[in-house]
Amino acid sequence: MYRVQVQLINETGLHARPASLFVAAAKKYKSDIAVLKDGEEYDAKSILSVLSMGAYKGESLIISAVGTDEEEAVLELKGLIDNNFGVREGSP
Amino acid sequence: MKGIGASAGIAIGKVFQYEPKRAVAFKKIITDTGSEIARLNAARAEAKSQIEILHIKALETIGKQEAMIFEAHIALVDDPALFKEAVKNITTQNVNAEWALNEAIDKFIQIFEAMDNKYIAERAADLKDIKSRMLDILMGVKAQDLSHLNEPSIIVALDLLPSDTARMNKEKVLGFVTELGAKLSHTAIIARSLEIPAVVGLSGMMKGVKHGDLIILDGDTGEVFLNPDKSIIDKYEKKKQEYFYFKNELKVFIGKPSKTKDDARVHILANVGTPKDVDSCIENDAEGIGLFRTEFLYMDRQDIPSEDEQFEAYKEVISRMQGKPVVIRTLDVGGDKDIPYLGLSKEDNPFLGYRAIRYCIDNVDIFKAQLRAILRASTYGHVKIMFPMIATLTELRRAKAILNEVRHDLKIENIAYDEKMETGIMVEIPACAIAADLFAKEADFFSIGTNDLIQYTMAVDRGNPKVSALYSHFNPSVLRLIKYVIDSAHKNGIPVGMCGEAASDPALIPVLVGMGIDDFSMNPSSVLKARSIVSNTTKADIADKVESILSLATAGEVEEYLNHPGA
Repeated sequence: MYRVQVQLINETGLHARPASLFVAAAKKYKSDIAVLKDGEEYDAKSILSVLSMGAYKGESLIISAVGTDEEEAVLELKGLIDNNFGVREGSP
Repeated sequence: MKGIGASAGIAIGKVFQYEPKRAVAFKKIITDTGSEIARLNAARAEAKSQIEILHIKALETIGKQEAMIFEAHIALVDDPALFKEAVKNITTQNVNAEWALNEAIDKFIQIFEAMDNKYIAERAADLKDIKSRMLDILMGVKAQDLSHLNEPSIIVALDLLPSDTARMNKEKVLGFVTELGAKLSHTAIIARSLEIPAVVGLSGMMKGVKHGDLIILDGDTGEVFLNPDKSIIDKYEKKKQEYFYFKNELKVFIGKPSKTKDDARVHILANVGTPKDVDSCIENDAEGIGLFRTEFLYMDRQDIPSEDEQFEAYKEVISRMQGKPVVIRTLDVGGDKDIPYLGLSKEDNPFLGYRAIRYCIDNVDIFKAQLRAILRASTYGHVKIMFPMIATLTELRRAKAILNEVRHDLKIENIAYDEKMETGIMVEIPACAIAADLFAKEADFFSIGTNDLIQYTMAVDRGNPKVSALYSHFNPSVLRLIKYVIDSAHKNGIPVGMCGEAASDPALIPVLVGMGIDDFSMNPSSVLKARSIVSNTTKADIADKVESILSLATAGEVEEYLNHPGA
């Protein structure tokens, strides 16, 4: 098992487009991938599960995967969140 | 009765009461969990193939935007968490597939509906749609639909789901009346894109009607008449005819150039606020975008849109206009348009305060991000940039200097942009209009913003009913200013347009043509009407009268003169 903790920094949190991007990225991997928030476990490959988590900006999550590609999977999902889902922030 | 007018037009016809029978799940204890799981999987596959067919049908008959709803439905039918939950219900509670699925979907619907988030609420509606589809499949209920309407009808329903509207025989649909819904709900959007009159949000409607009742609906006002008497029928028959002629007469002007009887050419462009508005620009055959308000990009959010985000929005609009001019106005914040995160302080006189270009040239980082985005997007079509609220040449020079710095940066970074992009200004402050001859030497084009120009010239807030009567573009002072701006532009060889509301006033359009204006920019829905007016105008005749019009003493006299052209 491979797991990391991340903090949501984008405005939308895990909703709308960021949620779709997150799920699409998770689906590329063979490993089972879960997101943990407040002790509850959610399926990273399910848009319904990810949306029902209600994860907003500033909240911290744990991404955890089990399988042959667990490390790559977790790191890609962490990267998505850390990089604000590919959207660059505006000038100050 | 009155609901919300959701799609314009009048419909008169017989009621078709649409109450689709929806399968309702029942709970049954079973022993063979394996076969229930197999049934569930078969229903998933069937639902998926049904939705794929609907998706194709919607693409053909309704449009790409609406068809996307079905892509979302396919994703839900495929959702692993949903089916894990349903399978778990079957195996742990020994219940039938219907009940297991029902409980699983309801669980997510409940979570979503408690979230108070518009995006999530839409997903809840999608879940309801796939739930009834899959229960219909599991229980062998033949879903009632609108594909077999025999006679022209007005559909009266509680609400219409995407699956309903995608399958309906639109040839036979005269209008919609629904109990639920708002201007932006699915029914309303579909009705507008199919140009079917619709009234939504009329609660209690289903109880009051029977199949075959005569019903009239007015999609502009939201009024609905059930079994009306003859005088109302006559009145609306007439209104319907007028609307029909109006629309069809104007359609003739699609694809025609905007020119007067004596072949003077003007251009009629459209004002847009969001990339979505481009649809109606194209539909109404606007000759370009004369005013792209960029504020929307900054509003309803918590942070400044990044350069890339802006670039994408500009690029979308510009590419869709396929080489037609797109005039992008830089951020016009302040006045009545507050953007909280920019931290503008409350002012006693916001319209005389820190707004638009005044803010931008002080906040160079924000301004530059926008200018970079516009310049980068400029390679995708014909872009012009326009600065709002210019009062002094110092401001214009400063804004242009910043623009040049951005050009320089892009050049160093080897990023392409349109080097010939024109830079113009809004003429909306009297200080600028009065000295238009000076500004014309340093701007590539003018666009007269009448809303502000009238407000500042007349010193009147048109939102204040005690003084709003003073707000009129027929005031001789306003007309004289406009004439001076047009003349100054032409003396210096630059074009001049108008993008305020006055530009679409049928009474003013001929006068502006007579004064020699080059471009008009207005709401997309007014474009064809304006073109019809221009086509009926003889420029030389009006040009001869301009002097007399400008010698009239009051707004009332001007209006009187224009209403009785022969007098």
